[in-house]
Amino acid sequence: MSALALDDVTVSYDGVRAVAEVSLALPRGEVLAVLGPSGCGKSTLLRAIAGLELLESGRVLFDGADLARVPTYRRGFAMMFQDGQLFSHLSVAANVAYPLRLRATPRAQAARRVSELLDLVGLPGYDRRDPATLSGGERQRVALARALAGDPRLLLLDEPLSALDGPLRERLATELRAILQATGTTAMCVTHDHDEAYSLADRLAVMRAGRVIQEGPIASVWRAPVDTETALFLGYARVLADKAAMTFRERVPIDALRATGDGGPRSAATRPAPAIALRRSALSVADRGPLSGTVTSARATPEVVRLIVEIAGIGEVDAVAPLRRRGASGVVEAGPAVGAEVHLAVDTTRLAVISTSLD
Amino acid sequence: MVRSTLGNARLARRVRMVLGLTLTAMLAGACSAVGEGDSSATEDVPAEVVLVTHESFVLPEELQARFEETSGLTLTVRAAGDAGTLTNKLVLTQGNPTGDVAFGIDNTFATRALGADVFAPFVGDLPAGAADYRLTAPDGRPETRLVPIDQANVCINVDTTWFARNKLAPPTTLTDLTDPAYRDLLVLPGAATSSTGLAFLLTTIAAYGEGWEDYWVALMANGARLTAGWSDAYYVDFTQGGEQGKRPIVLSYDSSPAFTIDEDANSSRTAALLETCFQQVEYAGVLTGAANPEGANKLVSFLLSEEVQAALPESMYVFPVRTDVPLPEDWSRFAIQPTDPHWVDPAQITELRDEWLQRWNEVTTR
Amino acid sequence: MNPAPVRPAGLAGRLSLTAGRVALVAIPLAILALFFVLPVSGMVARGLWVEGRFDVVGVQEVLARPRVHRVLWFTLWSSGAATACSIALGIPVAYVCYRLAFPGRRVLRAVVLVPFVLPSVVVGVAFRQLLAGPLAFLGVDASAAVIVAALTFFNIAVVVRTVGSAWESLDRRPGEAAAALGASPSQVLRTVTLPALRPAILASASVVFLFCATAFGVVLMLGGLRYATVETEIYLLTTNLLDLRAAAALSLLQLLIVTALLLGVRRLDLTPTATQERAPAPPGRVSRNDLPALSVAVVAAALVMAPVLTLVVGSLRSSGEWSLVNYRTLTGGAEVGGISVVNALVTSLRVAVDATWLSLGLGLAVAVAVSRPSRTRRERTTRSLLDGLFALPLGVSAVTVGFGFLITLDQPPLDLRDHPLLVPVAQALVALPLVVRTLAPVLAGIDVRRRQAAASLGANPWQASWVVEWPVLRRPLAAAAGFAFAVSLGEFGATSFLARDERPTLPVVIFRLLGQPGELNYGTAMAAAVLLAGVTAAVVVAVEQIEGRSATRGAGLR
Repeated sequence: MSALALDDVTVSYDGVRAVAEVSLALPRGEVLAVLGPSGCGKSTLLRAIAGLELLESGRVLFDGADLARVPTYRRGFAMMFQDGQLFSHLSVAANVAYPLRLRATPRAQAARRVSELLDLVGLPGYDRRDPATLSGGERQRVALARALAGDPRLLLLDEPLSALDGPLRERLATELRAILQATGTTAMCVTHDHDEAYSLADRLAVMRAGRVIQEGPIASVWRAPVDTETALFLGYARVLADKAAMTFRERVPIDALRATGDGGPRSAATRPAPAIALRRSALSVADRGPLSGTVTSARATPEVVRLIVEIAGIGEVDAVAPLRRRGASGVVEAGPAVGAEVHLAVDTTRLAVISTSLD
Repeated sequence: MVRSTLGNARLARRVRMVLGLTLTAMLAGACSAVGEGDSSATEDVPAEVVLVTHESFVLPEELQARFEETSGLTLTVRAAGDAGTLTNKLVLTQGNPTGDVAFGIDNTFATRALGADVFAPFVGDLPAGAADYRLTAPDGRPETRLVPIDQANVCINVDTTWFARNKLAPPTTLTDLTDPAYRDLLVLPGAATSSTGLAFLLTTIAAYGEGWEDYWVALMANGARLTAGWSDAYYVDFTQGGEQGKRPIVLSYDSSPAFTIDEDANSSRTAALLETCFQQVEYAGVLTGAANPEGANKLVSFLLSEEVQAALPESMYVFPVRTDVPLPEDWSRFAIQPTDPHWVDPAQITELRDEWLQRWNEVTTR
Repeated sequence: MNPAPVRPAGLAGRLSLTAGRVALVAIPLAILALFFVLPVSGMVARGLWVEGRFDVVGVQEVLARPRVHRVLWFTLWSSGAATACSIALGIPVAYVCYRLAFPGRRVLRAVVLVPFVLPSVVVGVAFRQLLAGPLAFLGVDASAAVIVAALTFFNIAVVVRTVGSAWESLDRRPGEAAAALGASPSQVLRTVTLPALRPAILASASVVFLFCATAFGVVLMLGGLRYATVETEIYLLTTNLLDLRAAAALSLLQLLIVTALLLGVRRLDLTPTATQERAPAPPGRVSRNDLPALSVAVVAAALVMAPVLTLVVGSLRSSGEWSLVNYRTLTGGAEVGGISVVNALVTSLRVAVDATWLSLGLGLAVAVAVSRPSRTRRERTTRSLLDGLFALPLGVSAVTVGFGFLITLDQPPLDLRDHPLLVPVAQALVALPLVVRTLAPVLAGIDVRRRQAAASLGANPWQASWVVEWPVLRRPLAAAAGFAFAVSLGEFGATSFLARDERPTLPVVIFRLLGQPGELNYGTAMAAAVLLAGVTAAVVVAVEQIEGRSATRGAGLR
């Protein structure tokens, strides 16, 4: 049985549905990421689970028990806010000890636990610091330690890393994942960043306009987005539809595509014919390959050359080429220039079929 | 937005007014400096006379208009605080007063003001009866600086209906008030917080001399209740004042019975005990350093005129000092004045007020 | 477009910054100096400057009197107790008034404000009638407990409004974070909400204490002879015993207490930290958890309503029967020198408008000056000194200030002793600390970077204020305006003291009616007090209504 279960949950503000008929299940010990653009209702969903919003209809269950009459503070959850929401009138240690103090944990025991937690989040010795003097990353670590202090049966993370910048965010995401795994915490995290979702979660739910569009183990959702918008949101660069998709499928071996379609979309999609979603690195310049076309744009990045290639019958697609490459003649040459004719190889792990009927 | 423009406009007007006033004041100062050598500076007689007085001063509008008409002066009345406030204000602004005439100094504050040289002699005649209320100067001659305007007596009042109903004879003397028959029946304002209360303290001092403290001990032992002010005693505790009043004996005025008339029975429901009265006289005077001394004399004379004197009972609830003006009908029938009220020398009051009040405080809060 | 001139850096830049701030407070400072510092020092000097030197022995003699010790002790403990009661009752009421959604919420807020404007004489009579009538069984009359109750009655409004408006705009997320960590509502209140409200609570507590310590009429009325405070003692010494030396010594003592209090409060950090984005929660529905707060609110409402009801009943009784005759005489009949109650009300309203604008203008300037982030310690010190300086008028006897006017503003070009502006200015000075304390925390809570962002987009300082501060400030400004208006309508001490040209305000007329014999005068005074209370409540409701509407409209546009 799953730990957390949502059953047709609807939340409205002044008659406008922020969350509409959402049903989800989260097994114990797993991490679910709810991914969606801002304003899609994902934070509201999180707050509803925490008991901070009233449900218009539906049920939130934990271990099979309906939480409708259980106030926030009796749910045994912990929530970590986007900006940490550390209590500015308390020191770091007092912040982390807060849930312990609520449970009247003996002082010595609490102190031990606080220093364990600060070690866990990589901030040993920060006990006496004033939250105002911490950097954004440190603040989120303290917030995490505080959230974990009460051994919550469910940890709710609201955009935990989005206030941080690139490299720090990546590093913290990895650490967070490790900590959640080490502590065996069941967690639900809402984010608008697919990288963050990918590095944190076991399962993924995609939300749009208050509804869950797609839900499943993270890899399968990734491989088979349910529709074009979802695919684009998941980081696919381009979606080929209709004729372009048919042409593509004619030229690229269909079995390879079939093979990636397992465990595909669960909810109904509206698209009548399968479409093909391509990541930017799905096609690469090769000496030979199933596709060929003319380079219309080339842009060098530190690692690869990003190309846009016009393929007859398909249209423009993205492709990559190595910065330098050993040509057929054995001479090292620069990447292809605009106007060059190139062959493209296909990495089928980097594309997805979007289809209503995979059978 | 409309309000803000209005407010700003008013503010701007006020600011302009301050500036204008400052300018005028400076000009006026310059004028008086120039005219100082010339004693007959008649070309610039101020057209305004300012009366400084206490909060309870009331002059009916038509009388004010009549004064302005006959004298050609504009009358400005500046009323604030009580008699004590007024006295102290005059003392503090001695020589540079905020007006030309002061009204409302009573016999308990009179020598304090005279001692500070606040008043200049009044030039004019006193009408019939007024002279009787004049103070005596230290040299034994009548004091000409303070002009008596009105008088009233602070007396113990009783609710006659209550005594009739309870088949008890009302008290008549000060000593009666300490009689156990009248236990818990008296309410009066304290001397430290009320000028009426002070008047009663002076009554007891006049009546018992050095024995006044013993009298107060007996009075308090007989269940007298002290309140802060007259209105408090009369309207909250007195049986004829408030609906919840439980005490039929109260300290009030000789005129009070005129305000508790029972139209059907053609009688008053209260009566003043004429053996328990202390006389209060209110004076007016021309201020030393008045901008318009001539107008000031006119105004004091006007306060003594028949029309003002006749209006005193209904506007200020006091008796005129003139004997030749008619009283309102209710007053002539029910507001009976004592023939021989108690009196303490004003000079002695000024000298000993502080000490008396401290001793009284000790007796009453014992 | 020309590039913006580069601000001179370093010392010159700092100097110009300081200069700007000085210019901002110059007018309020000048007014404070002219209408407060000068008169008070004049009075103190008159009492204590004997033959050209300070009369140390005289001060010592006065301060050594046993009566002075009793008075001082009573002042401190009664004010302290009343402050504690006001806080204890005021916080739950603030919660009910500002955090719960129920019909009649605005009316309740207005009702709580009513006592604040009632003239103390009227309240004194109302309390005495309560104690002589319905509460006679308690057997207390003119006791210290009654004084504390009356002071609480007056000052709950200060706590409710100051704490309430802070609570209303409080960020809800820390509380939610605590709840999500397992804190029960009472634990959230204790560990998160109250600490967050601390600046507002302390600010209102200090103001309430000052109001209590300088309460005058009500202590005189209810304290009778047994209980006197420093304030009533100064009044008696000055106007009754004409002992200026003792009065001056006590005024000094008062200044000392007030300064100590303000310095003490300053040590506790009152400025909230700037938050980038506040997410205030809308008022919630009433739930079972609100029962304790609701029951305290009911007690407080009873405390507030009982004397008010006594007044209403008193105004409707005549010759032992129910009657409207007292109301019929409001326009004429029972009058004071030809001035009817309605005339006086018009005067009161006119003065109140002036006083409100004055105090808002001055208060805004002071609030802006004290809430600009300070870079150096000296700036911080200056800032809090300014804040304290403008609170001083609350703590010093109106009698001292009033008499001070007479002896210091008596020479051209400053012969302002009888100027009609004196009354609004005096009232504005009383309201000023309330205005500053309502606005400054809000201004201090605005992230400087917003202003910087606006400036970087080319907004001049006025435009930047318009877009950054104005939207945040509108609501507190309305609250402050309501407050200032109420202070002005109810102000009696200074007003009755200052000379006026035949234009008494309503509280003064009520006082005079109460001092005249005749049942009709008494009844009219009661009716006039009810009218004053009603008008105040209506004005406050109206101000909040206008503000509420414009706030909703603004939200819609966003």
